[in-house]
Amino acid sequence: MSRTVYIIGIGAISAQTEESIFLEKPIIYNSNIFQAISPNFKEYIPAMALRRMSQVIKMGLTAGKMALQDANVELPDAIITGTGEGCKQDTEKFLESMLSQQEELLTPTSFIQSTHNTVGGQIALNLKCSGYNVTYSQESASLESALIDSVLLLNEKPSLNSVLVGGVDEVSNRITSFGYLNGFLKEEEIENLSLFSKKSEGTITSEGAFFFNLTTENIKDSYAQLKGVTNFKAESSIEISEKITEFLLKNSLRSQDLDIVFLGKNGDLEQDKVYDELQNTIFSETCQLAYKHLSGDFKTVTGFAIWLSCLIFKKQQIPAILKLNAIYGANPKNILLYNLSSNTNHSLILLQKP
Amino acid sequence: MNSGVAITGMGIISALGNGVEANFNALIKAQDGICFPEMLKTKHTSLPVGEVKTLNLDFENKLQLADNRSYTRAALLGIIAAKEAIKSSGLNAKELLTTGFISGSSVGGMDATEKYYLEYESSDAHHQFIPAQHPGFTTNKISEHLNIKGFTTTISTACSSGANAIMLGARLIKAGELDRVIVGGTDCLTKFTLNGFNSLKILSEEKCKAFDDSRNGLNLGEGAAYLVLEAENLAKDKRIIGRVLGYGNANDAYHQTAASETGEGAYKAMKDALEVAGIGAENIDYINAHGTATRNNDLSETNAIKQLFTSVIPDLSSTKAFTGHTLAAAGALEAVFSILSLQNNLIFPNLNFSKPMKESGLLPITELQNKTVNYVLSNSFGFGGNCTSLIFSKNE
Amino acid sequence: MSDLRTELKQSIIEQLNLEELSIEDIDNDDSLFGDGLGLDSIDALELIVLLEKDYGIKLTDPNQGKEIFISINKMAEYIESHRTK
Repeated sequence: MSRTVYIIGIGAISAQTEESIFLEKPIIYNSNIFQAISPNFKEYIPAMALRRMSQVIKMGLTAGKMALQDANVELPDAIITGTGEGCKQDTEKFLESMLSQQEELLTPTSFIQSTHNTVGGQIALNLKCSGYNVTYSQESASLESALIDSVLLLNEKPSLNSVLVGGVDEVSNRITSFGYLNGFLKEEEIENLSLFSKKSEGTITSEGAFFFNLTTENIKDSYAQLKGVTNFKAESSIEISEKITEFLLKNSLRSQDLDIVFLGKNGDLEQDKVYDELQNTIFSETCQLAYKHLSGDFKTVTGFAIWLSCLIFKKQQIPAILKLNAIYGANPKNILLYNLSSNTNHSLILLQKP
Repeated sequence: MNSGVAITGMGIISALGNGVEANFNALIKAQDGICFPEMLKTKHTSLPVGEVKTLNLDFENKLQLADNRSYTRAALLGIIAAKEAIKSSGLNAKELLTTGFISGSSVGGMDATEKYYLEYESSDAHHQFIPAQHPGFTTNKISEHLNIKGFTTTISTACSSGANAIMLGARLIKAGELDRVIVGGTDCLTKFTLNGFNSLKILSEEKCKAFDDSRNGLNLGEGAAYLVLEAENLAKDKRIIGRVLGYGNANDAYHQTAASETGEGAYKAMKDALEVAGIGAENIDYINAHGTATRNNDLSETNAIKQLFTSVIPDLSSTKAFTGHTLAAAGALEAVFSILSLQNNLIFPNLNFSKPMKESGLLPITELQNKTVNYVLSNSFGFGGNCTSLIFSKNE
Repeated sequence: MSDLRTELKQSIIEQLNLEELSIEDIDNDDSLFGDGLGLDSIDALELIVLLEKDYGIKLTDPNQGKEIFISINKMAEYIESHRTK
């Protein structure tokens, strides 16, 4: 018998804030690469530790601590992290020194901090948490992999009751800008809010950290129930629809039971056609929301949509800036997140109001 | 009673050779694969490494890969090892469509990044490698080439990645989420890692001497290894070569790179693995230690082992002196060695050892030893405090 | 002579990202590790590279650092007697 998993704490750092979205004052960016709005990291991380941390470590550790504080948990039983691209800033730093100094006189700090499990390790170190600790790096399915492991872990060990899980990715100078070279980013600089009206190839990108405290007890202020998570590969739109229907069925739902579908549209002319097809077919009667015009697109960005979903459940309010159609999802109970990347990697996350 | 998860196939490539048989032959003859870098173009030509002596181009020709040349070296090594695992388990193309794939990798396609990084802006000749830097790219390349279509993910917990991949696969099968999964890890030698470990001053200029009093650092290596794990209903009519009986994962939470002197994380991982396996410490016949030959790891690991095995310390050796430290692949390579130990009732020697550490007096096995081996404990620890222990058993 | 000490403080602050500190905050006899500045083993490796880069002093055994990186004064004394540039 599987245990029910609830989200009881959230911590998020992104290019937007709770206020900017729910008070309908989205922050506007005019470059295809933009950074997150940093909180005062010093409130969360001791200065001596902070001094050598890159953005991804600062964001990950801080968002993790925010989620724990929000849930009133001091020490989680496990820490599970997803990061698609890991510590790009430190990688870049070590790599550039190595190449320019011809492998001589290199210092170790940026190397040490370049491994993909740095954030997970730093959270453990900061909290002195010796429990289960794993980091997933599976491109756009990294956070989803971490969530799948979290649910598995909570089901395996009844003694275990608190998992800190999250996704984090950062922007770096050079590696992020390579996105202009291989078609990931739009060639022409756009304003983020015009993402869906531009009809060109490529997208915009940013960074963020989204952590969640999961537990199996439904305390009264839990945000959401994490009903299901899956990654799959599919090519045709029929196959995608079938997979979605199958996933919903496994969770005893039909597409008409969904109050909101959160779509990972990213403004790429070709890729968005897949979403368009779904919007006109299985989701035609559902309130459709999008978010990447606010957050940018990056490997663990579905964390942004989970965070928004938690707030939508709590506030029972759907900001107009997210809406793609006129259907109003009154008293939302079931939210499905659907994301697509690299044309064949799909992910689904199902959240329910507790 | 815990019967663990059935292993029905395995494959490996390392500095000891291509394939299980070549690796086994080197292990029993005590022939290491350590020499100076030839394939890897680095300035540090006097740092010994465990290198696979095949060029990417030769792998590409052998595998008859399409012309777009977007395979990282870790992907090439991974394909070779996974193919052997698939063959030895007798899986067909249809079965692979529903098989899962969980791979560990630490630096993924860093070999490509460090080669082309400075030219990306001026030439589009190698732009296919831009996303290759991240581990998931390498995993996808392997699964796409082999047409493995089930649940696919990548674990990147530095040097414990491969062991964690085996653990996750076993857990998913036990939970009934998957009925067949290929698990393991791959990493290739790169200038990035060689220089990184060198900047930490933990590379030895000699062949590494795990658990020796005069040990002075590790040798890096490269390789890949995979196991095929199957649920009972699929494995029952097949040749089962061993079982994943236990696993434990813990964090040392002590330092970014160094292990605590008491080996807190290591102790907890081993203890949890015994608990999951449902056996007592006295049942362990052989410990395939992490044993990197750094001052720090070997002392910390020894202390953790002493704390857990209070009466008698089981026979122990590190096989890092054979292969070098293959980072994310290490746990997977050593899983294959653990299964070979169970199958052949052999304990492989800890090479280059002469004098016990004065703090502990621990004596590893230094010559090939023949004895009944029913349970093997294999340790893999990494940066970020990530510690994982696995227990393998015979199929009984 | 005091110039070397000031120079060292400046490089340490820069190299180890001690943004909160200024030269005046570091006393020549303050211990750099432990209770003093609170540097750790990773910083020690950074300082070894600093010695080599700026003063041409190559330490073969990282443990040597322990006797040199005691304080700014000790470091300066060592550099004065061993520097090759």
